[in-house]
Amino acid sequence: MTAAPSRSPYVHRPSLSPQDAAEWPARRVLVTNLRTIWGRAYPRVIGMMREPSWLFFEILLPFLTTSAFVFVYRALAAPPEYVGFVVLGGAMTAFWLNVMWLMAAQLYWEKDEGNLELYFAAPISMMSVLLGMAIGGLLMSCFRAAVVLLVGAVLYGVVFAVDQWFLLLAVFFLTLTALYGLGMVLATLFLLWGREAWHMTQLLQEPVYFVSGLNFPVARLGVLGAAAISVIPLAVGLDAMRQLAFVGSPETEGALPPEVEALILIAMAVFFIALARFLLGVIERMARQEGKLTMRGS
Amino acid sequence: MSLSTSPLAIDARDVRRVYKAKPAPIVALETIDLEVAPGEFFGLLGPNGAGKTTLIKILTTLLLPTSGSAHVFGFDVSRQHAQIRRIMNIVSGGEQSGYGLLQVREQLWMFSQFYGIGAREGWRRVDELIDLVGLQEQRVQKVSSLSTGQRQKLNFARGLLNDPWIFFLDEPTLGLDVSAARAVRELVVEWKAAVPGRTILLTSHYMAEVEELCERLAIVDRGRILAIGTPAELKRRVQRESIFELELDRLDGGTGALEALPGVVSASVPSRPDAAEGQPHRTVIVNLALADDAALGGVVSALGGLDAHIVALKKSEPSLEDVFIELVGRGFEAPGEAQGAPR
Repeated sequence: MTAAPSRSPYVHRPSLSPQDAAEWPARRVLVTNLRTIWGRAYPRVIGMMREPSWLFFEILLPFLTTSAFVFVYRALAAPPEYVGFVVLGGAMTAFWLNVMWLMAAQLYWEKDEGNLELYFAAPISMMSVLLGMAIGGLLMSCFRAAVVLLVGAVLYGVVFAVDQWFLLLAVFFLTLTALYGLGMVLATLFLLWGREAWHMTQLLQEPVYFVSGLNFPVARLGVLGAAAISVIPLAVGLDAMRQLAFVGSPETEGALPPEVEALILIAMAVFFIALARFLLGVIERMARQEGKLTMRGS
Repeated sequence: MSLSTSPLAIDARDVRRVYKAKPAPIVALETIDLEVAPGEFFGLLGPNGAGKTTLIKILTTLLLPTSGSAHVFGFDVSRQHAQIRRIMNIVSGGEQSGYGLLQVREQLWMFSQFYGIGAREGWRRVDELIDLVGLQEQRVQKVSSLSTGQRQKLNFARGLLNDPWIFFLDEPTLGLDVSAARAVRELVVEWKAAVPGRTILLTSHYMAEVEELCERLAIVDRGRILAIGTPAELKRRVQRESIFELELDRLDGGTGALEALPGVVSASVPSRPDAAEGQPHRTVIVNLALADDAALGGVVSALGGLDAHIVALKKSEPSLEDVFIELVGRGFEAPGEAQGAPR
């Protein structure tokens, strides 16, 4: 019995045996994973266009927080750079919230919906799925960050002074890479520990906000700021970006030179992505050994 | 390699699966041995908790066996999961996968990307499958607004995106109403028939569904396979005699003359309620148990001699439930049996 290719709409099979069909060249594996990244990013991108309510929740409401800090600094007669710090921090908050609330909980949610099992059953790497989630979220957050930055700068008269555009952009993208790497790690931890991880995130949210220096230079926190810079990508990224975006002001003195902070961000990005990859491997092994992680309700 | 020389579609040897649990581990599968040939439509029939889904999870590489080995088209489920995932797909009953905000078309396209199908080819295939499963009207409808039956058709289309060599269907009609269940069954049969060599493993606790669809089946209970065979073979296990129901215009002198015939094991006239109030029936029903079908000729001749004419003749066959009861000593309650079960 030979399965010959046919013109039936049911048949899309180029190979003549399951053994042929199961052996994929490396290029096909790579292409499939690249397509998976785009495929998984797609619902996020579509969702952004289809449900415009996020414009209100994701842009207008957080912008009010940023504005509140601007008014507080003005009331305290703080140096004008502080308004710029707040606007920059407000823009970067978009990414932090996206990582903490969407990225981290995503795999846990996917498991509840029954999608995780289908991801595991597909011939793809879970890293591609996570990358797809990250890129989808990133696009949405970039839009929000750009709006906050633009509107904040125009509305509150922020004047940026940039000498090293390339380094500033590099630090920005390195911050995002490290941040979303952390998001991927958190996503796996959420899946492993479920609700406990969720509660832990809620517990840590405000302290992390504080030590990240979203609304003030983290260097003012001394040792605590230095510690934050060593573990939180947002803290080190923002410290470097402030130094690079407001050159020449004594208020922008950072905890470390921006070049050094860029190196820290590279190390963080590599570390978090490698850790996420390792944890995903652990999760898949656990899922197959214990049968708990992928099945709904377990 | 042609299918005639290819390894078994499913080859499971001494597969055992134990789940860690408190206070004691749960044995979901005792030693399971199973062979399914390429191109076969094979069913696993058993009550809830029998171990059917655990076996499917092992064969679809989502779960490792605690001991024993299982191969799908020659690929080891423990070590060669990448190969198996490229040639199989799975659809489960009550599946709510995907994203509600996506349209039907978009959701299928997203899943097509997970099998490396090119973007344009993906859209083309998605449209074909939408037509095939009859979701044309829902093509641009949000997934969240689909009915349960439409949702399962969508799941079925998802399962066909990569044109799997082996298709695992885990209770695919669970929770569907009669017409939706029938539509899904028809799709399965149509897809299977389109290309020789397609293999399906179906689990169900709907006996009639398994009997209707499967060429061979295994009856599973408490993690063990109790019997394997075609539905007819399995029924023969409990059918030691041929049972006929005869409807005659008259039978004077009772069943004694019939019981005396060679090959007749028993003959009886069952009691039945009156046809109308106070009115006797115009016909007589006789239940006959024969040693084999050949004895029926003698019965027909004898009835002619008794001046009795046959109005109707019906052969009674045991059901798979009878087989299950014979094997296990109890029936199995299948919640929702009346819903999606074939009629």
